[in-house]
Amino acid sequence: MSSKLSHNVLPGFRLSLGYAITYLSLLVLIPLGALIAKSTALSPADFWSVATNERALAAYRVTFGASLVAALINAVFGLIVAWVLVRYPFPGKRFVDALVDLPFALPTAVAGITLTTLYAGNGWLGQLIEPLGIKVAFTPMGIMVALTFVTLPFVVRTLQPVIEDIEPEVEEAAATLGASRAQTLWRVVLPQLFPAWLTGFALAFSRAVGEYGSVIFIAGNMPMVSEITPLLIISKLEQYDLVGATVLAVVMLVISFVLLLSINLLQWWAANRHSGRSPVEALAPGARVEGAGA
Amino acid sequence: MKRTLFTAALALAAFGAQAQTSLLNVSYDVARDFYKDYNPLFAAAWKAKTGETLELKQSHAGSTKQVRAVADGLEADVVTMNQATDIQFLADKGLVAGDWAKKFPNNASPYTSTMVFIVRKGNPKQIRNWPDLAKSGISVILPHPKNTGNGRYSYLAAWGWAQRQPGATEASAKGYVAALLRNAPLFASGGRDATTTFMQRRLGDVLLTFESEAELIAKEFGRGEFEVVYPSESILAEFPVALVDKTVDKRNTRKQAQAYLEYLWSPAGQENAAQNYLRPRDPVVLKKYAAQFPVIKTFTVDEVFGGWTKAATTHFKDGGSFDQLYVNK
Amino acid sequence: MSGRIANTESRGVRWLLCGIAFIFLFLFLVLPLAAVFSEALAKGWGAYLEALKEPDTLKAAQLTILIAMAVLPLNIAFGVATAWAIAKFDFRGKSLLTTLIDLPFAVSPVVAGLLFILIFGAQGWFGPWLAARDIKIIFAVPGMVIATLFITVPYIARELIPLMQAQGREEEEAAVSLGASGFQMFWRVTLPNIKWGLLYGVILANARAMGEFGAVSVVSGHIRGETNTLPLHVEILYNEYNAIGAFAAASILALLALVTLVAKTFVEWRMRRETEVLLAALPPERNAGGATPRINGNQT
Repeated sequence: MSSKLSHNVLPGFRLSLGYAITYLSLLVLIPLGALIAKSTALSPADFWSVATNERALAAYRVTFGASLVAALINAVFGLIVAWVLVRYPFPGKRFVDALVDLPFALPTAVAGITLTTLYAGNGWLGQLIEPLGIKVAFTPMGIMVALTFVTLPFVVRTLQPVIEDIEPEVEEAAATLGASRAQTLWRVVLPQLFPAWLTGFALAFSRAVGEYGSVIFIAGNMPMVSEITPLLIISKLEQYDLVGATVLAVVMLVISFVLLLSINLLQWWAANRHSGRSPVEALAPGARVEGAGA
Repeated sequence: MKRTLFTAALALAAFGAQAQTSLLNVSYDVARDFYKDYNPLFAAAWKAKTGETLELKQSHAGSTKQVRAVADGLEADVVTMNQATDIQFLADKGLVAGDWAKKFPNNASPYTSTMVFIVRKGNPKQIRNWPDLAKSGISVILPHPKNTGNGRYSYLAAWGWAQRQPGATEASAKGYVAALLRNAPLFASGGRDATTTFMQRRLGDVLLTFESEAELIAKEFGRGEFEVVYPSESILAEFPVALVDKTVDKRNTRKQAQAYLEYLWSPAGQENAAQNYLRPRDPVVLKKYAAQFPVIKTFTVDEVFGGWTKAATTHFKDGGSFDQLYVNK
Repeated sequence: MSGRIANTESRGVRWLLCGIAFIFLFLFLVLPLAAVFSEALAKGWGAYLEALKEPDTLKAAQLTILIAMAVLPLNIAFGVATAWAIAKFDFRGKSLLTTLIDLPFAVSPVVAGLLFILIFGAQGWFGPWLAARDIKIIFAVPGMVIATLFITVPYIARELIPLMQAQGREEEEAAVSLGASGFQMFWRVTLPNIKWGLLYGVILANARAMGEFGAVSVVSGHIRGETNTLPLHVEILYNEYNAIGAFAAASILALLALVTLVAKTFVEWRMRRETEVLLAALPPERNAGGATPRINGNQT
């Protein structure tokens, strides 16, 4: 820790880290500690049987599966949207840009009701797709649609500032060195975007896992088929089973924590791999462009 | 008229907002219309009787959630709920008297309702009674039987009917409910969501809901789209009320809170219930509004299920009859 | 732009990407937004405006804005400090710290509310202590602010970390070696560099703070005109069969999100003007090459 620090002349490390840790402890860690403490009111055996109940297992599958699909959809389309929003001029761009935040501002229940109305058999979209045999509302597909909507801003908004920050010189240099546009994008631009892209994906995924308000309207909520874990938590609370609810919450927390930690480690690994070489060096070893990378 | 009364009440509330006595009524979600009309009535009556101006605050959300909030410190003077389990929970926590059901007449429930069927105009599938709901090819819309108050009443109504049939056994009742739930394409997230699914999204042949809700449906979607079908018998939904002893003692509002709840049984309070399509307990008022409340045979949760606590354990707790229908099939 | 070397995609690819982006946004953003307004206006403009004028709706809107205003400054300070520590320094456990920042995302909003009940509720850790002193946190505005803080903890920090990482630390190191104080360095170098990320973070956190339902719902108490935010009010109106009122209130939230558009445009305009003034003041030879300030960041 200190060996690397000694090279760093920048101020404010202790202050900023201390502040971050204090704030996080008060607001996040202590409350989560309370949750875990509550769940330990059960013996380990009881905890395990609540956590691995058949319906809970089915719900984990639905929740994590649908969240993964939604995050992947957003990873692909969010990248394209962010690129288009930053790089291409088109009329109405500001409006489209502002629209991206909509899923956060709209209360999730409204999002759920609206999406269900759109995709139900007589809705604007349902009318078009149900004759094709595709049912979205009240199926696990509906869960994916709701989660895609709710987490849409993450990938776009994490990528946008990074794309805006790419120096055009680097791309120009790559082109001067004879790289085709596709090569430049693939070897120079995408590696720079990768850490942010992964962050956006991770955030979208973890937010999707916990989402409740929008999903319950469109899911159909059939046990074993389209029941998400947060619904089971509510179900336990409705039976005044607070401890049971905290058990499921802790399970979700642990799974999400492990997933997030792996993604963050992967991201650091990727960032470190690229930080050794400038993006242009990656394309044409030996070339050195001033001002790019360290 | 109602509107002006409401505005007047608001103006009054704003006028004397300083140190005047206030009461907080923590209630379930669709009760707002009822108490919005009831509060000015009571405030006026109380003012006439004692000269004191009361500020009446309302809080509405899902019944069980509200009760948990009260247990966790929301300072309700009175709770007005839609099932006895919720108030019993507060009694178990010591916030409400253990014999709360005896503190007021009629099981402390000033009005009632019952479960009815809503079908499409002209009743194209000829749905008349409970057995029709379990027939194949019928699609039934109801809220989640485990997670919502309406859903629990729907489930118990169906189960209760089946169990009261001649020669019925527990297995036959369970079989009937299983067949009925197989006809449910989804479980709505709440009463309102079930209605939207049935009325606006045009899903299902029959909707299970409270009699009082049928009027709200008419208000929102018009009367020309649906019909109400009364089955041969149904469940009596009671809406119990209670004083929260802990709060009224702390805030010194017992007198006012007691009067607030008692006034629900007064002719004015009972009329207000009838106007909100809730069945009044007072036979005189009930007779006056007989046209809107067809006679229907009802059974209570106590009669058929031995009380809410027992019903909840048998049917809705994890591993209860509802869960058994879906797991280990 | 076409005169330059191939630093943008061919026309065909551009059209294709735009097409994909527009179809995706149309399906997932424009249609739902249109549906919200179509529901809100189902009974005409008169009914819509009438619904907006309802006193409880106005109170709820005020409370929503109040909570967002309380939450944002705290989260900005946290976000900038945390991103500074994580992006500019190497220390053990960095990935762990980053993951801890992400945790609130992974906590279901229904559980997030519950956390604070476990701490401040009547049966919670501090409940009896607070009750004895008659301090109200839960089921009052402070509890709602805390729950919203929890929900929005990650947004600004997570927006800034990848950006500050990508930027490296040369510029700040240069400033410090030239004798700038920490404050000067932050104000003159760091802040201008992170302004877009910070802005996006604030916009997101703001939108989320205003739109949050689940967590706030658990700690609100739902008292009309007192502890109902707009999202809570929307749900209540909907459950009361007042669809017009519900969707009208939801449309305000959608509009509040669009207000950030105005804010962003304004900030962009200010920034551009400042850099133009700055560039004009610089001698021409310093105004070229890799040291060009990033004024082209948002080419339009």
